[in-house]
Amino acid sequence: MAEPAVEVQSLYKTFGDFHAVNDVSFSVAPGELFGFLGPNGAGKTTTISILCTLLKLSAGSARVAGYDVVTQSSQVRSSIGLVFQDITLDDYLTGAENLKFHAVLYGCPPSQVKERTAPLLEMVGLVDRADQQVRFYSGGMKRRLEIARGLLHAPSVLFLDEPTIGLDPQTRLHIWDYVDELRVRESTTMFLTTHYMDEAERCDRIAIIDQGRIVAIDTPDALKASVGTDVVTIETADDAAARVQVRESLGVEGDLTDDGLRFKVADGEAFVPRLFDRLETGVRSVNVRRPSLDDVFIEYTGRDIRDADVNAGDQMRASPMIRGFRKN
Amino acid sequence: MAETVLPNPSIEIAVTPTMHHEGPMLRNFRAMLMVWRRDIIRLFRMPTRIITGIAQPLLFLFVLGAGLESAIGSKGAAGVDYQQYLFPGILAMSVLTSALFSAIAIVWDREFGFLREMLVAPVRRSTLVLGKALGGGSVSVIQGLVLVILAPIIGVSFTVSSFFEMLGLLLLLAFSLTAFGIVIASRMQRMESFQMVMALVLQPMLFLSGAIFPLDALPGWLTVVTRLNPATYGVDAIRRTILPQSTPLELFGGVVPIWLDAVITFGFGVAMLVLAVKLFGKTE
Repeated sequence: MAEPAVEVQSLYKTFGDFHAVNDVSFSVAPGELFGFLGPNGAGKTTTISILCTLLKLSAGSARVAGYDVVTQSSQVRSSIGLVFQDITLDDYLTGAENLKFHAVLYGCPPSQVKERTAPLLEMVGLVDRADQQVRFYSGGMKRRLEIARGLLHAPSVLFLDEPTIGLDPQTRLHIWDYVDELRVRESTTMFLTTHYMDEAERCDRIAIIDQGRIVAIDTPDALKASVGTDVVTIETADDAAARVQVRESLGVEGDLTDDGLRFKVADGEAFVPRLFDRLETGVRSVNVRRPSLDDVFIEYTGRDIRDADVNAGDQMRASPMIRGFRKN
Repeated sequence: MAETVLPNPSIEIAVTPTMHHEGPMLRNFRAMLMVWRRDIIRLFRMPTRIITGIAQPLLFLFVLGAGLESAIGSKGAAGVDYQQYLFPGILAMSVLTSALFSAIAIVWDREFGFLREMLVAPVRRSTLVLGKALGGGSVSVIQGLVLVILAPIIGVSFTVSSFFEMLGLLLLLAFSLTAFGIVIASRMQRMESFQMVMALVLQPMLFLSGAIFPLDALPGWLTVVTRLNPATYGVDAIRRTILPQSTPLELFGGVVPIWLDAVITFGFGVAMLVLAVKLFGKTE
């Protein structure tokens, strides 16, 4: 088996007596799109900062692209690309100059840079704007330039820390189109943090992180399956009668709701034919809904991700990482 | 939104997972030049900076200079006409101001995130700090040179050799003061502290450097403070290069040779660089 692109064992990060990252272990396979899902302040950015050698770990170990983040930080830095939450471009340089600056700092030979810059710019749709200063770019354009820049030095792992935060839905969608494209073309391992459920859905695997701990880690489908229940809702001529029939013949208790008769079952699709077999009442409609990642998040953390977001105490987790680089 | 563009599947990106990265020596050297070049590019993208950079020195030279000259009269300062005395002073002043300003731009970089782009790159901290000191130094000298055009108006003339000697000394002073500014910037978190730096660092440094008034007949305590000011030596060297007839700086009762001025300025710069690398090398 190939060496993992990212391997983290019993990682801790403490600020004073505060555990921002608390015994986190996971590994990411080469070429995988791996997501960290969690509310603001869950420890996502802190973990990413440690992996990118921007923060020191308190205990445990972490390897990225086969290099130890503590003892081989320089090799780690050469092997990774980064797209941060906030824009890190020089506004007074042009798009092309920002890319050039990056290429030189990453030691890319000029001939190869030329070869790579043009198609990358074309892919993110910035060829026409390459010679314009970045301060005239829109937010979406800046983000796209950052993604192109993050890939310029052909990193083996690309870290995307909330790459679409603050962008409008349309631009978010386009950014994702690029990310998907890139995975196919460059077979880059991608490590993503997000608190958007629809973005987490796109990942090969996700880790749900809450209050510094990983509470669940698996493919989105498996996580949803682990919640256990699909929701099957039927509308019949007589819901009350149908409810009794199902209870007696299948042993499943239904709930009468405004939408109809609702059952929570492990495998909704297999349940429906059995249901039809036994029901003597006419069925008007059937709806089978899988649990969403929202349901998964609530199941594992006991709260909704949006509620968790505004938890003031957790905000402390986010800020220490930013300290020293940027003041909000 | 007009600028959102769908990915174009027809574009082929060369898959180069085996990009041959340059060796650490060459990479760090090119990175240093790039950090330097960025400062130069930014200077010419912000032409107002050049104007504001020379406005204050001009005010000093033609308003303060003319005013005080009439008060001082034919006595002059340090053996030369006061306005002429002031000329090297305002060159140094311009360099001092823009060197500190360039360095403190690091705080902007921190605020706008670009500092992180640099800090996460696989280059040494010393490369970035050295590039920044060279960049800030060059930018300051370019600004200072704008003032040199005015030299004939107040009767200051150069020879080819004195011009290049002055240029070298200006560069040295600018480099050292930028390094000093980087040390300050590394400890500064917010741009609001900028005013404080100007009031507590720049202005005392300027007034106590001999740029505005001669340092040869001061009260005892002031003499001590001026000799402790690292900018004093650069200002003295620049003045004596431009105005060889002016009174030289004295230290412990003896005249300071120009080469010693240069060595002290350089030594201060190197010390500040080392300190700056140390302060920036910290990861939490």
